[in-house]
Amino acid sequence: MTMVLNEEQRFLKETVNGLLQKHQPVTSLRTLRNSDDELGYDPGFWQQLVDMDIPSIVMPASYGGLGFGYSGLGAVMEEMGRTLAVSPLFSTVVLGGSALELAGGTPHRDLLPEIAAGKLTLALAIDEGHHHQPRATATTLTVANEGLILDGNKVFVLDGHSADKLLVVARSAGKPGDEYGLSLVLLPRETAGVNVQRTSLMDGRNAAIVKFNRVELGPEALVGTLHEGWSILLQVIDRGAICIAAEMLGGSLEVFERTMAYIKEREQFGVRIGSFQALQHRSAEMYCQLEQCRTVVLKALSSLDEGCRDISLHASMAKALVNQCYAHISNEAVQMHGGMGLTDELDIGLYLKRARVSMQILGDTSYHQDRYAQLMGY
Amino acid sequence: MTSLDNFRLEVRQWLETNCPESQRQPIIKEEQIWGGRRRIFPSPDARLWFERMRDKGWTAPDWPTEYGGGGLSAAEAKVLEQEMQALGCRPPLYEIGLWMFGPALLEYGSEQQKLEHIPKIVRGEIRWSQGYSEPSAGSDLASLITRAEDMGDHFLVNGSKMWTTQADKADWIFCLVRTDPKVPKQEGISFLLIDMASEGVSTAPIELISGESEFCQTFFEDVRVPKENLVGELNAGWSIAKRLLKHERKLMSIMEMMVEKEDETVVELAKRYVGVDGTGQLRDNALRTQLTRHLMNSQAIEWTSYRLFEQHGQVIKDAGLPLIMKHISTTELQRKDELILAIMGNRGLSLKDAEYSHKEQRLVKNWAYNKAQTIAGGTSEIQLNIIAKRALDLPGH
Ligand SMILES: Cc1cc2nc3c(=O)[nH]c(=O)nc-3n(C[C@H](O)[C@H](O)[C@H](O)COP(=O)(O)OP(=O)(O)OC[C@H]3O[C@@H](n4cnc5c(N)ncnc54)[C@H](O)[C@@H]3O)c2cc1C
Repeated sequence: MTMVLNEEQRFLKETVNGLLQKHQPVTSLRTLRNSDDELGYDPGFWQQLVDMDIPSIVMPASYGGLGFGYSGLGAVMEEMGRTLAVSPLFSTVVLGGSALELAGGTPHRDLLPEIAAGKLTLALAIDEGHHHQPRATATTLTVANEGLILDGNKVFVLDGHSADKLLVVARSAGKPGDEYGLSLVLLPRETAGVNVQRTSLMDGRNAAIVKFNRVELGPEALVGTLHEGWSILLQVIDRGAICIAAEMLGGSLEVFERTMAYIKEREQFGVRIGSFQALQHRSAEMYCQLEQCRTVVLKALSSLDEGCRDISLHASMAKALVNQCYAHISNEAVQMHGGMGLTDELDIGLYLKRARVSMQILGDTSYHQDRYAQLMGY
Repeated sequence: MTSLDNFRLEVRQWLETNCPESQRQPIIKEEQIWGGRRRIFPSPDARLWFERMRDKGWTAPDWPTEYGGGGLSAAEAKVLEQEMQALGCRPPLYEIGLWMFGPALLEYGSEQQKLEHIPKIVRGEIRWSQGYSEPSAGSDLASLITRAEDMGDHFLVNGSKMWTTQADKADWIFCLVRTDPKVPKQEGISFLLIDMASEGVSTAPIELISGESEFCQTFFEDVRVPKENLVGELNAGWSIAKRLLKHERKLMSIMEMMVEKEDETVVELAKRYVGVDGTGQLRDNALRTQLTRHLMNSQAIEWTSYRLFEQHGQVIKDAGLPLIMKHISTTELQRKDELILAIMGNRGLSLKDAEYSHKEQRLVKNWAYNKAQTIAGGTSEIQLNIIAKRALDLPGH
């Protein structure tokens, strides 16, 4: 177990930081937001990540993977969280790419080089209700004359409006609540019977509601084994929860540092407000919380790299703790900025909103607390 | 295989051969082995275990061999700690000298002082007490007024120390004393070692809310202290005092591991007292969530302490990290105790009635006792002040 980045990983982190400062500062998010950009992200930036081989970081070496591992990818996500950068990295690589890699077999695995080359983007359609409950999947997948029929509605599909292909979790057997009977299918977004409605979320992240109206698919659409999609999905969710936690950690750190800078500068009552003990103690508590979250994220990432057995426990810890941390710190950040914290002019509010949206991705705090308790057997 | 792996194997073998079965059981307070002239071993096995570890110098694994220590490197000492934990070995010696005073003396003491005092600590022959706080000097420790006057060939000490843990059982006490009242308060303090058997030293126990009285007020009335008992320069005691506090806080951040190890986990305790439904889920959903919060937080703290260890000797360090450990660990320890009492319901309300099991009473006692954790060694508020200033660089007044 190591929670210390090696030299290569640190170098990667610094390089990405430099890239982001230059090409995707927080103002880029504002530009995308204010122009109602159709794609919702900057393809030029995505191309830069591709040029740096970021999408292949966690792919097996035979697909061009770089060996930075999840600890390296997590460092990239953390940096992106700092500037609130938007890109297909999470949906396409962490979620979609993982599923294809884990399912194995042609033709899906052969898509990995296309992802690495930036030629293919993916979105994972999983949630159906108001909360993340993957076992509750009710969208149906029916086997019919050699083919498959997909029917149902998905919500909160990250990048669903722009991805080239959709990876959909559907029920081919069993009833909502069962792990058995879940299957994964991959289809082009522009398939007949697929209706995509882009939803505009407050943090500028891209998502969609996707409806499948008796969509007919060939047997090759199936990813992995019929009815046995859960084992893949579980790993995808764990990787996703950990990587999104890394991104959220970056956002928490950034908004905290900006707040510290502000209270060291702003004066009231003739002194800098950072000298008030009421603010100092709350700041110190935030620092404690942040450092613990940093530990848990580093640990969870290294557990992924080591193939640790307890990965689901670590993923739930990371997501639950970082959810709470980002929410707490972004709220405190607004409070400590006073009236300025409420203005759109300042970036602080962007972090508050990003925190809220991220908290819902792949499970909110209660979901992961409950999952942890179940895994621990109580 | 690296030499560290080899060392691990050796250690494991040695522990398996030499640690008696009874000393691999979870430790409770009554069975801790304390040092000192008046030491009493809780059992023959405890004595055997202590003596074996002592003879290897492993009561103080990473102290230099010339003073009786084990001479292990930091990495080797960590291996020993990990192997002891894996096997469930109890600490062979509980001693303030070992945890706090020894490390400071090794750094600041003269050669003669080290040769005189360190081996006795390692061998558990002398028990130390800490004389810092005073009735009017707590968080503001530097305002202490216990006086040591230079009488030429000796110091004459007058005053009193408060909360001196186990002073009635201690052989020696290390004290902060005022040697110059005219300079700014931090600059007139010296670090003095006093034999508790000296004429004019007396103690009065203080009973605590846990029903125990491990604490004393210690009085000094015209106590003559030899000059050679001054550690460091005259009036330069404050930096030694602060360094020692660092060791104390480090200790307190691992207190949970050191002091109590129950035979049941909190999860097991919760299942027993709260009950589970048909699916094995705790019957009280709110408690279940509280339990989860606790487990996640304490795991995060444990990993953070490991992360800190990993950063030793690294170029890139999180400099603020050591400053948070005492506060986060002691706070979580108290939350755990609150949770345990909530789990026990009306069984967790008595300190002495025979209706309640030993264990129930002990858990209640721990709950009360551990309220001290966020006070002793510098209160949580003081820790937060330090974090704000040193880790966050927030402005003073
Ligand atoms: C179990 C136990 C064992 C101990 N063992 C020893 C021992 O062996 N030797 C020894 O010398 N001492 C010992 N102590 C004493 C301990 O170090 C002091 O209790 C501690 O430093 C606090 O001092 P105080 O009790 O006078 O509280 P006070 O300093 O009076 O504090 C009271 C409250 O005011 C708060 N406060 C004080 N100053 C500030 C500030 N600047 N900002 C914000 N809040 C503040 C504190 O946080 C606390 O909540 C022990 C104490 C306990 C409880």
